Amino acid sequence: MSAETVFERSHPGRGTPYVAQRGAPPASLDTIPRHALRARPPALPELTEGEVVRHYTNLSRKNWAVDVGFYPLGSCTMKYNPRLAEQIAAWPEFSAAHPLRPARAAQGLLRIMYETERMLAHLCGMERFTLQPAAGAQGELCGMLMIRSYHLQHGAHRNTVIVPDSAHGTNPATAALAGFKVVTCPSSAEGLVDLRALSKLANDDLAGIMLTNPNTLGLFERDIQQVCRIVHDAGGLAYYDGANFNALVGRFRPGDMGFDVVHLNLHKTFATPHGGGGPGSGPVGVTAQLEPYLPVPLIAKGPEEFELEENRPHTIGRLNAFAGSMLVVLRAYVYLRLLGTAGLRDVSGKAVLAANYLKQRLADTYAPSHPGRCMHEFVLSAEKQREESGVRALDIAKRLIDLGFHPPTMYFPLTVPEALMIEPTETEDLETLDAFADALLQIAREAKESPELLHDAPHNTPVGRLDEVAAAKNLNVRW
Amino acid sequence: MNIPPDLQYTPTHEWLRRDAEGVTIGITDYAQSELTDVVFVELPEVGRHLNAGHELLALESVKAVAYVYAPLAGTIAAVNEKLRKQPELINQDPYGQGWIVRLTPDQPEHTVVLLAPAAYERKLKEGD
Repeated sequence: MSAETVFERSHPGRGTPYVAQRGAPPASLDTIPRHALRARPPALPELTEGEVVRHYTNLSRKNWAVDVGFYPLGSCTMKYNPRLAEQIAAWPEFSAAHPLRPARAAQGLLRIMYETERMLAHLCGMERFTLQPAAGAQGELCGMLMIRSYHLQHGAHRNTVIVPDSAHGTNPATAALAGFKVVTCPSSAEGLVDLRALSKLANDDLAGIMLTNPNTLGLFERDIQQVCRIVHDAGGLAYYDGANFNALVGRFRPGDMGFDVVHLNLHKTFATPHGGGGPGSGPVGVTAQLEPYLPVPLIAKGPEEFELEENRPHTIGRLNAFAGSMLVVLRAYVYLRLLGTAGLRDVSGKAVLAANYLKQRLADTYAPSHPGRCMHEFVLSAEKQREESGVRALDIAKRLIDLGFHPPTMYFPLTVPEALMIEPTETEDLETLDAFADALLQIAREAKESPELLHDAPHNTPVGRLDEVAAAKNLNVRW
Repeated sequence: MNIPPDLQYTPTHEWLRRDAEGVTIGITDYAQSELTDVVFVELPEVGRHLNAGHELLALESVKAVAYVYAPLAGTIAAVNEKLRKQPELINQDPYGQGWIVRLTPDQPEHTVVLLAPAAYERKLKEGD
């Protein structure tokens, strides 16, 4: 690979480009205590500004992104997000707003947050939302801490949380972090929550269940109301993981299914690019009975102006130094206002249509985990390819890189052998979907005719097959 | 798939070898092949007591983290120290050098459901 680090490219004595500071006067070294001063200057790389720009530009061109090509990473909703939301988020009125600005001087920002919260509550059938959690995992923790507070407040010491065996790994981790004991509920042969097994697990120690619907196999839990009823009858609460909300937005409301708590990932479904390392935003909505436990501050509409509501005796506390990831919330606001209810229905409709189209084109070649219709994503198994020619899901994924596509999620969920989990999203056109299906069909032919081509893939990348064992065993993150 | 005739198996892909002092436990050839390259073994402490069916330890491969369950209640008598430096022994020799723990059972006959080699082979063929 030609990507030298800036340290390797450095030439001693060349100096470093000087970037003029705006505004702030240069600090005097006299004000820094002696013991805090370094003895030697830092070993900064020395190269011209032009070389620095080329270095990072060339690195960025090796990166894969939704703006470069198709990215059907199942469970992750790597969809194209409208540029308008980005443009508005870049306005200095928003991007330069200080988070400590007093509420009175931030009325416009608070109004956007308040109205976003109302729109999310409407879409989910919830009473109220907090916009504080910084991402999905923190949203989950927020929800489970509220469930804990609710039971304690009602004098019940309930310690068990049920998580289906197909759940996202964060669900059991969250329940454990919130102090619960995690019990796994098996799936039925159809890939849905096994109601009989659930009934057996639902006892007077049950604090709640954590579910995503559609589930991780891309299947709609059609007995969802019964699932929630079994949990409620046992005295537990139902938590909805909004990771797959892209399949339902505008059509189904978690509140109507019987859920008590919902988290959404604004950085998946609502116009903030996902996977960029943040910031994210994981708002959490609750029904009226859980409203007292929401974290502070909440955004409230007072008689004259918008306020930050702090004084809430039953709150689980504060989860974020400020009111939330404002610019992510803003992008969601723009997206919601841009699309409206009809547009949002179109999002979920097209996401489900695209997934079913791809599944139909591929189902004769790669075995689907479950027959029939799927929601916004589906899981294929490369078990047949493995048995016939020793080609595994990993080899297929690596070969897709050669053919110009980001691979789907592999080996997840764990309940499907040699899993390839594909989520096309609503933003891809028919030609792109066809090109991707053609590539996977070509790979299936290659698996039969020349399996070594797949074992050695990728061939067209700056580096070939990486040694994942060596990387895991001899982790070296320093240059 | 290698399924030695002199061992017992669990539906969760552990194998057991019994002798006079206790049982040796590891994961099957099928399990190691599904996991792919094992890169880390979280060995339990010697002397710890476990109930049947409880989590014995975690294995990390390049693909996933998987748990190994205790097929019977007992106290951990020894762990395969070699796995700390060479977790790949589980892939290379799952029934030999890749053994994981030795357990002194509370009651040797009280186990989770165990499968004879033929039954385990049938289970793999039927898919799970």
